[in-house]
Amino acid sequence: MIGIEHYLVVSSILFVMGVLGIFLNRKNVIIILMAIELILLAVNINLVAFSAFLGDLTGQIFAMFVLTVAASEAAIGLAILVIYFRGRGTIAVDDVNRMKG
Amino acid sequence: MDLNASLFLVRPEVILSFSALVLLLLSAWRSEAGRLASILAVAALVGSGAYVVHSLCTQTDATAFDGLIGNDAFGNYAKILIYFAAAISLMIAPRFLEKMGAMRAEYPVLILLAAIGMSIMVSATDLVTLYIGLELNSLAAYVLASFARYDGRSAEAGLKYFVLGALASGILLFGMSLLYGFTGSTSFSAIGVALNGDVGLGMIFGVVFVLSGLAFKISAAPFHMWTPDVYEGAPTPVTAFFASAPKVAATALLIRVVIEAFGNEVIVWQQIVIVVALMSIIIGAVGAIGQQNLKRLLAYSSINNIGFILIGLAAGTEQGVAAMLVYLAIYVAMTLGSFIALMQLKAHDGSYRETFGDIAGLSKTRPALAAVFAIFMFSLAGIPPLFGFWGKLVVFQAAVAANLLPLAVIGISASVIGAFYYLKVVKVMYFDEPVDVIAPSDDLVLSWTGGIMAAAVSPLGYLAIPVLAALSAQAARALF
Repeated sequence: MIGIEHYLVVSSILFVMGVLGIFLNRKNVIIILMAIELILLAVNINLVAFSAFLGDLTGQIFAMFVLTVAASEAAIGLAILVIYFRGRGTIAVDDVNRMKG
Repeated sequence: MDLNASLFLVRPEVILSFSALVLLLLSAWRSEAGRLASILAVAALVGSGAYVVHSLCTQTDATAFDGLIGNDAFGNYAKILIYFAAAISLMIAPRFLEKMGAMRAEYPVLILLAAIGMSIMVSATDLVTLYIGLELNSLAAYVLASFARYDGRSAEAGLKYFVLGALASGILLFGMSLLYGFTGSTSFSAIGVALNGDVGLGMIFGVVFVLSGLAFKISAAPFHMWTPDVYEGAPTPVTAFFASAPKVAATALLIRVVIEAFGNEVIVWQQIVIVVALMSIIIGAVGAIGQQNLKRLLAYSSINNIGFILIGLAAGTEQGVAAMLVYLAIYVAMTLGSFIALMQLKAHDGSYRETFGDIAGLSKTRPALAAVFAIFMFSLAGIPPLFGFWGKLVVFQAAVAANLLPLAVIGISASVIGAFYYLKVVKVMYFDEPVDVIAPSDDLVLSWTGGIMAAAVSPLGYLAIPVLAALSAQAARALF
């Protein structure tokens, strides 16, 4: 029998992978965008699992909102990445260092 | 409650949304009409501000859309500050952005969208509304940070802000999903009822994640690392906006979540807020010391100020919340004023300057500007008789009244460290050899808005104390 704990464990693992993906990755900003999506999807698993578990629809509606916002967030992230690339010619994480201190 | 009554309660947001959409259409056809769009956007902000003032005066506390969004004195107080800051950052921007070749009609549209998001944030009474408002504000802010897109620093600021802001939203959202699962509701009041007595591990995780995410948005330490880079890279009018309006909105949101949703479990969050407040004060003071760039210095100053504001929240009392609201109002005037003063540092060749080397001996060449700058620096340092002192005083009074004497003592000692770098600015302007790089001012808007802010934080500001005290007390009462 798969209970709520299993869903929570899966979503926590995905969440941690997403956070680590942001901090450990030194290569490419696109990977950071993917990691952000992973975090949001982990949240969605949580919301839908809780919603089914509680017998309450709010969680699923919330998940819909999260999906919508995730799409617009990815669009804006890519747009910023494009103007960044035009100016610098690279999207390596280690090169994002014009300002420091 | 029917739809019309609900829409009636969110008039300010409706007006702003409508104006933002109309201006977006305008900018699609006439992208060069940036000034016209700015004027219209300021008019929209003033119009919805008038509705906010009206409902603040008539004291109609109500919730709309089945308890998803509220209209109360607390939200209205914050909205006035937000609309004011947004209008000022619209007024000061055109000339600066034109110089950078970036003044397009999308700028006022984005500011308006951010203002709508912040409006929704401060009046949200449900996690879903909170999230929508926060994201509307953040998404507009990411674009604003990289608005001068041909400037490498601006694009980098936008990228950094986006990555770290999205991470913060994810952490906040994860906390909200846990809160929803373990309390069974997304409404603040229902969560407040469920978070009572014996709290389980899941709820504590939810509370901690939500607090971390919000601490990120108000740039409180240890979640402050994006602030200096974003403030330095973003165009200065945008930085002025970031340092004022979103700070007010996120702080107000934090207050509402903590008091309404977590209010029964002070023990769970009080230590977190105390640690975050102290770390912000100390990091804000120490981090600024070695900075050469004035925008980075003001970024650390804003981290420092957020720490002082959070001391009121640590108290967790009605007096504490009222003190925070007073501090926020003064902080908005101080921070907008300092950025306006910074924007007047324009060299003879028309370029904008922002480092210590450029303001050396400014009092000889531009005495009025140097005096205004000095007023803001003394006020940020909290030196009486300037008005910044009053904000710190009420916050510390609230902390002492709530038996947080050690917190107040450490806070006051750290503000002495902070005074060092504020006074360094004054010292460089008044006692160093003049370098004469700053040209005479030719921008009346900047001179006037800067002058008004300087008057507001000067001892004249004390005349506003009765009004400020009454409004903030009324706003704080709406939460308890």
